[in-house]
Amino acid sequence: MRGYIEQPRFSCALAAQQTVLAIPRAVPIAHCGPGCVGKTFAFSGLGAGHQGEGYAGGGNVTCTNTNEQDVVFGGEEKLTKFINGALKVIKSDLYVVLAGCTAGIIGDDVLQVSQDFAEEGKPVVGVDTSGFRGNSYVGHELVVKEIIKQFVDDFDLEVEVRKGLVNVFASVPPQNPFWRGDLEEIKRILELLGLEVNILFGTESAGVSEWKDIPNAQFNLVLNTWVGESTAKLLKTKYGTPYLHIPYLPTGAAATSRVIREIGAFAELDSAKVEKLIDKEEKRFYTYFTALADFFADFRNSIPYELYLVADSSYAIGVSDFVVNELGFTPEGIYITDPPSDKVGNQILEIFKGLGEEFEGKVVIEDDGGLIQEDIRKRLNGSKKAAIFGSLWEDMLADETGNLHYHISIPMLNDVVINRSYVGYNGGLRLIEEIYSGIFRNRDVAGTTLVE
Amino acid sequence: MSANLDLSSVEVRERRLKSIISYNGTAKDLSDKSKSKSLNIRERSYGQCSDCAQGCGQVISYTIRGAAVIEHSPIGCSAPAVSALGINVANKARGLPPQKTNVLSTNLTEKDTVYGGIEKLNATVREAKRRFDPTAIFVQSSCAAGIIGDDIESATTALQEELGIPVVPIFCEGFKSRIWSTGFDASFHGILRKIVKEPKKKQPDLVNVFNFEGSDTFTPLLAPLGLRVNYVVPLSDVHQLEELSEAACSTHICETLATYPANALEKYYGVPEVKAPPPFGVKWTDEWLRDIARITGKQDLVEDYIAREHERIKPELEAAKEKLKGLKFYIFAGDSYAHSIANMLLDLGVDLIGVTTLHHDQLTDGGEESIDSLGNLVNSHGDVPNFTVCNKQPYQVYKILTKLKPDVMIVRHMNMAVLGAKLGIPSINDGDVNISAGYDGLARLAERLYQASKAKKLFQNVAAHTQNPYSEWWLSQEDPFYFEGGHQ
Repeated sequence: MRGYIEQPRFSCALAAQQTVLAIPRAVPIAHCGPGCVGKTFAFSGLGAGHQGEGYAGGGNVTCTNTNEQDVVFGGEEKLTKFINGALKVIKSDLYVVLAGCTAGIIGDDVLQVSQDFAEEGKPVVGVDTSGFRGNSYVGHELVVKEIIKQFVDDFDLEVEVRKGLVNVFASVPPQNPFWRGDLEEIKRILELLGLEVNILFGTESAGVSEWKDIPNAQFNLVLNTWVGESTAKLLKTKYGTPYLHIPYLPTGAAATSRVIREIGAFAELDSAKVEKLIDKEEKRFYTYFTALADFFADFRNSIPYELYLVADSSYAIGVSDFVVNELGFTPEGIYITDPPSDKVGNQILEIFKGLGEEFEGKVVIEDDGGLIQEDIRKRLNGSKKAAIFGSLWEDMLADETGNLHYHISIPMLNDVVINRSYVGYNGGLRLIEEIYSGIFRNRDVAGTTLVE
Repeated sequence: MSANLDLSSVEVRERRLKSIISYNGTAKDLSDKSKSKSLNIRERSYGQCSDCAQGCGQVISYTIRGAAVIEHSPIGCSAPAVSALGINVANKARGLPPQKTNVLSTNLTEKDTVYGGIEKLNATVREAKRRFDPTAIFVQSSCAAGIIGDDIESATTALQEELGIPVVPIFCEGFKSRIWSTGFDASFHGILRKIVKEPKKKQPDLVNVFNFEGSDTFTPLLAPLGLRVNYVVPLSDVHQLEELSEAACSTHICETLATYPANALEKYYGVPEVKAPPPFGVKWTDEWLRDIARITGKQDLVEDYIAREHERIKPELEAAKEKLKGLKFYIFAGDSYAHSIANMLLDLGVDLIGVTTLHHDQLTDGGEESIDSLGNLVNSHGDVPNFTVCNKQPYQVYKILTKLKPDVMIVRHMNMAVLGAKLGIPSINDGDVNISAGYDGLARLAERLYQASKAKKLFQNVAAHTQNPYSEWWLSQEDPFYFEGGHQ
């Protein structure tokens, strides 16, 4: 990578404050410069379709607002005072202290300061999320692992493995703008399989008590290309918990059924029960799907068929697979924005190879939005038959080139997201609605073929 | 107290303007104490997130048409999406063609914090030249770049030489000032140092209006006097900025925003700054028009114009006053513009039960009393009770609002109107300042407030289902500024 980035698709490690806020009744305490909390909140909280400050995020986040004096003399003493204040002022089950760039460079030890509180029995965890340490994905993984190491592991509980209990490590909230709906659907499906689920984030999570229950799981389920794998490895080392790593979020019936079978086999579930569930879900899915047959045929010439997509790998793989292999689009440019290394990048390219030969030469690993747009323009070559999946930036490109656009990655400030999701059976159906309603939303389309 | 363009960076507001970020009292008391500069920044033992100078620097630099901006920072500091979303809506409202947001981040990583980031900066500036073919490149510093000590001044000087366009450093490191508005000054400082040129000719009918990316409400205000508006800095191009020195005078929508560049243009190029309060409210608009007419030699036109406008707007304002009767209002907004909103509300005769400003400058650039916005408010309408200063800090404002229980709250800052919403108080985020300018602006503000008061059910529904994160202990404390008294 060259380093510089235009139109960023992720924020810095400190954006993990949103990870903390995604745990019911957990709050961050930011030890960073005065603008960092607001900026990372604006990028990922608002940028994910106005998901809001919630219980105590946004402007409510405790912050030491590092000033010149702190940079010169160190800020640990001030941080101690602020943690004390937060414990008194804000009601929370877990306080996660996050270091920003200023603290990271001057060498304030947030782990040590936090540990002093933990030793007094306070639910305080410290994480070095200095912005320069990495992006939002890296920050998320750091926070999850430190909560496990410093908080979950801190209880002298005997690990009692409960058969059928699974911890899920999937979407990065709200870097994946659809994390809320995704987790709802994942939990719904796993529960239909008879599993008990620690979903860990969002309204479906019981909060901190679920986190304390992590060591008792029968297995860990990682539904992400790379985020979460090191957490699963950590849990394997600590508690001997086996894990299943599925490197994408499945969209639609075919992929979801495939993933369910993998989970069933891994968890040693009754295969008849698994097949019964799949039958029921597929029947529903394809009944709705085939009901659109009239529409597909009548509006064939008004429906775009070239696929351009800009997203992180976990979403890009599942959605591309579905849109190409089930809805018949032709992939023209798939841009993957999140790989932390060439190694992961190559793994992603391998996965795409497995999805079909149409993807050959169409997948680009790139985190510079400016270069992505340049490449899409070149590949479009004047076409007006494309569906461009991406962010606010791709909306502009689609408008400029006369194509359709759909949101799938942040920043998407021009959208409102509650529990929209393109994951699972329900997510596939929702995506179908979005794609085909889109042709009426963005263009003058009539039930006949007019000369353009 | 006034600009020194020989220095690479502007002096931060806490030193230059004796700015403070907390106060609890009344408007008159704060005004009196500010006259003797007797208030100091008080240390806190607890607080919530503020905002930074770099953010305010971006508000100015991201929106310059045809220019490019480099964020010399880790990726989280770069924030072009918000700008890109709004900018062309604003251009449409202004009757201008669309423009692009050209921003590159140097994306500083751990390695750069060890070995320095100047090579990366050089490469990024060159790439910006190639990618955007800009008319100027602004380089914004950051906390990380500042602490590791990257020499941005030397690098930009060399790059300007190499590339043949202005490469303008903006020193807006977040940790350097507790007053985020210092970032406005930092961007203006860069523009004044590296973009503004000596006047080729004077343009006696041109008025510089320092504003945000607001609506075109100043053209209709000034056209009857035969004057043209040069809206700066957002949405303007580099050429317009070069010519700032040629205008007849400079004015602004807010003293907090722009007394620094207006004063500097007067000092360095003899472009007089309009010293009347900005045109928010009837009397202030009168005074503002008179001062501009005096500077531009239009005295013969102005009194008739004002009289006509008073006559025209009178029935509308009378109706507005009637509609707002009986409602209690609260203001939560940036320093001087909060004073302007207060002046407008009091012109409308409403019950203003309190104000929180986001910081307070005890001094104004240039130091003239006639542009002391709080002094002007107190002179125009007397004291205002429950007057506080708070750099956001919802945990404090929450206590103030639950005690005072306003019917409508006017906010001007991002992500703060939610505070009212969660308490069931109809709240508006008054983003565009221009829209309230002049006689018609006052009527428009009244209409927006009336509409907000009608949305009560939505906000009450939100409040009924919102969980408050603040502890019983905190809610039972008498003093919202508890953590400043050395208390822990």
